[in-house]
Formats: sequence, C-alpha cells, structure tokens
Amino acid sequence: MGEEMSRKPYVREISKTTWFLRQPRYMRYMAREVTCIFIFAYTFLLICALGSLADGPDAFQEFLNSLRSPWGVLFNLAVLVVTAYHSLSWFVVTPQAMPIQRGEEFVPGNIIVNAHYGAWAVVSLIILIWGM
Amino acid sequence: MSERQIQLEVLRYNPETDSAPRFQTYAVPCLNEWVVLDALNYVKENLDPTLSYRWSCHMAVCGSCGMMINGEPKLGCKAFIHEYGDSIRVEPLAHFPIERDLVTVVEDFIAKLASVKPYLIPKEDKPVSAGEFKQTPAELMKFKQYTLCINCMLCYAACPQYGLVPEFVGPAALALAHRYNQDSRDGGRDQRQEVVASDEGVWECSFVGACSEVCPKHVDPAGALQQIKVASTIDWYKEHLMPWVKK
Ligand code: SF4
Ligand code: FES
Repeated sequence: MGEEMSRKPYVREISKTTWFLRQPRYMRYMAREVTCIFIFAYTFLLICALGSLADGPDAFQEFLNSLRSPWGVLFNLAVLVVTAYHSLSWFVVTPQAMPIQRGEEFVPGNIIVNAHYGAWAVVSLIILIWGM
Repeated sequence: MSERQIQLEVLRYNPETDSAPRFQTYAVPCLNEWVVLDALNYVKENLDPTLSYRWSCHMAVCGSCGMMINGEPKLGCKAFIHEYGDSIRVEPLAHFPIERDLVTVVEDFIAKLASVKPYLIPKEDKPVSAGEFKQTPAELMKFKQYTLCINCMLCYAACPQYGLVPEFVGPAALALAHRYNQDSRDGGRDQRQEVVASDEGVWECSFVGACSEVCPKHVDPAGALQQIKVASTIDWYKEHLMPWVKK
C-alpha cells in the first residue's frame, strides 16, 4: 500500500446533434418540442391576419380566401393535430408540476389531468358556439 | 431452480493500460432469480477477479450499484435476469467519466449535492431546552417522497441535459433542495435559491422527464424541479410587479 494510484478518467463524448436518437423517450421529448414550430407558425398567421385587417376589407377578404384554399385548410388541420398533441403532452404532466395536497393525501393525478381536459372541452365549446 | 446461460457484455476500462474502453463478454450460468449484480459477482469470483464495480447493500438502499443495463440506467441489484434476454450489456452510468470498468467518477455529483445546502436550516434558533420542532403528518407528507432518494445517480445518467451541459445542478440535488424548502421546520430557502433558481439550476431543465422515469425510488425529481420553477416564477412576479407584498 501507499503506492500512488494513477487516475486517468475516461470521458465518453456525447453528440450535440444526434443525442436524442439514443432513446425512445428522448425522441418523444423532441416530438413535443418540435410542435412549438407549428404553434409559432400559427401565431405568425394570426399576425398576418391582423396585418391584412389593417390594410382594409379587400385585403382581409383576400386573406380569408387564402385560408379556404386547399393549402390553407391543410395547414390549419396540421396545426390542429399538432397543437392537440402539444396540449395533451403538457396536460399529462400537470400532476407532477402542480400537485394538490388535501390534508395528509395528495389528490390523485388523474383527477388533475381530467380537470384540464374538462376545462379544455368547455373553453373549446364556448369558442365554437361563439364563433358560429 | 432453473439455470440459464447468459452472455454478459461488460464495458472494461483500465486507466493504467487502456486508452479507451472496450467490451468484454463473459458466459455466466445464471439462476433465474438472480439480478445483474449477482452475475457480476459470479464473474468476479469465478472468471475474472480484475473486474471493478461498486455495490454494497444488494437491496436497493445504498445507491452504489447504478449502471447502464442494455442502455438504461438501472440498479444492478434490482435488475432481474429473467427480465432480459440471453445477452445483457452492462456499462458504467452514462454522463459520468469512467474511473475503471463500471466505476465512475462521482465528485461532480457530490459537489452539487453539497451546493444546495441539503440540511435543515432552522427558521429560528431554539435552545434544546425549548423542546422539539413539531411537525404534523400533513406537513411531513409535503416532502416525504423526496427523502427517499438514495443518491444512486440514475437520474443524472438519464438526463440528456446533464449530458450536454455538465454544469447543470441536476435532478437529485435540486429535488433534495426542494425537500428542505418544503419542510415546515426549515427557513433556508432564500439561501438555497442562489444555486437552485440560477441558470444552471432549475432553469437548465427542459422537463424531458427521463429522471423520474428511471428513478428506482419514485422520488419524481422532475416534478420537484417544475414545482421549484413555479415557486421561483411567483417570486419574480411578486418582486417586480408587487414589490409591496412581503415574501
Ligand atoms: S432522485 Fe431517484 S434516480 Fe435520482 S439519485 Fe435519487 S433515488 Fe436515484
Ligand atoms: S447494492 Fe445497494 S443499491 Fe444496489
């Protein structure tokens, strides 16, 4: 004993670009993150709507017509699907971020998740009825 | 008792002779109720005494046998052979430098644990004669789950963020900070916030959630981190929009 131990720790490098391919759960995470691009694109569309509204009724009508084109409908459908996935992926983790304690017990996670679904349905319904 | 031959592929690294790690395969006759740690012990006792790895309790309480088993962070003493096929690949915990074979360098984790002041910082000084600090079962429930952490570091091996940004304080240390912040006897949150709510603290976390998926003790560190983010955000609003409200 008493001999000096030589240390030479080996560091395994991680690829900065392909790290998420290592694990299915990393890919699920990336899928959730990628949905942000669609939400960004839709926000941009809303700004364009405001812009055309400011340019007068003709411009706005033209904008509405472009929404009714096949590409416009396709885009809106795609955003709807992706946004639903985005929202669901956040709803399922709400019990972790916002646990509710009642006395010595925690409110079961599925109640918190379902409350979010419920609120979502109600808000969607109000907007649908209001928009008709 | 049924016996089964498995091929145990182990990543080996000897700092004195090797320039990079390499896999070595051992044929191990396993009993069906064995865990991967038993297979490693068989190798060490019968096939190759030079194999290095850490373990102590063999019952998922000491937290020292963390390793990658088929690419997934696991406790070697809790990973049953019967849950795997005939070939099992064992590597040192991801994201940590390799000291030797399955032994990793853990100084970084230990320093991060210490950095969050993981101990009670009493609200007020009280002489022993004044009696104990009382706590109700409901107050205990608020943080009990976070006391179950065994410092096994599986969550660090699962966290891609820690792999990419080694400065990240990381799941277990931040969850432990939350444990003390949530304790009714503690008054140290402000002191911890400097590390906990920094860029390298909770704000480095992008909620991949992998830490909670692999945690063998169901600590749910990801949940703790999100709760810290919520509380820190509320702090910010109070400070900037309602400076008259006392924290
Ligand atoms: S939080 Fe879980 S995975 Fe992380 S060190 Fe503690 S027990 Fe291990
Ligand atoms: S040997 Fe103690 S946790 Fe596995």
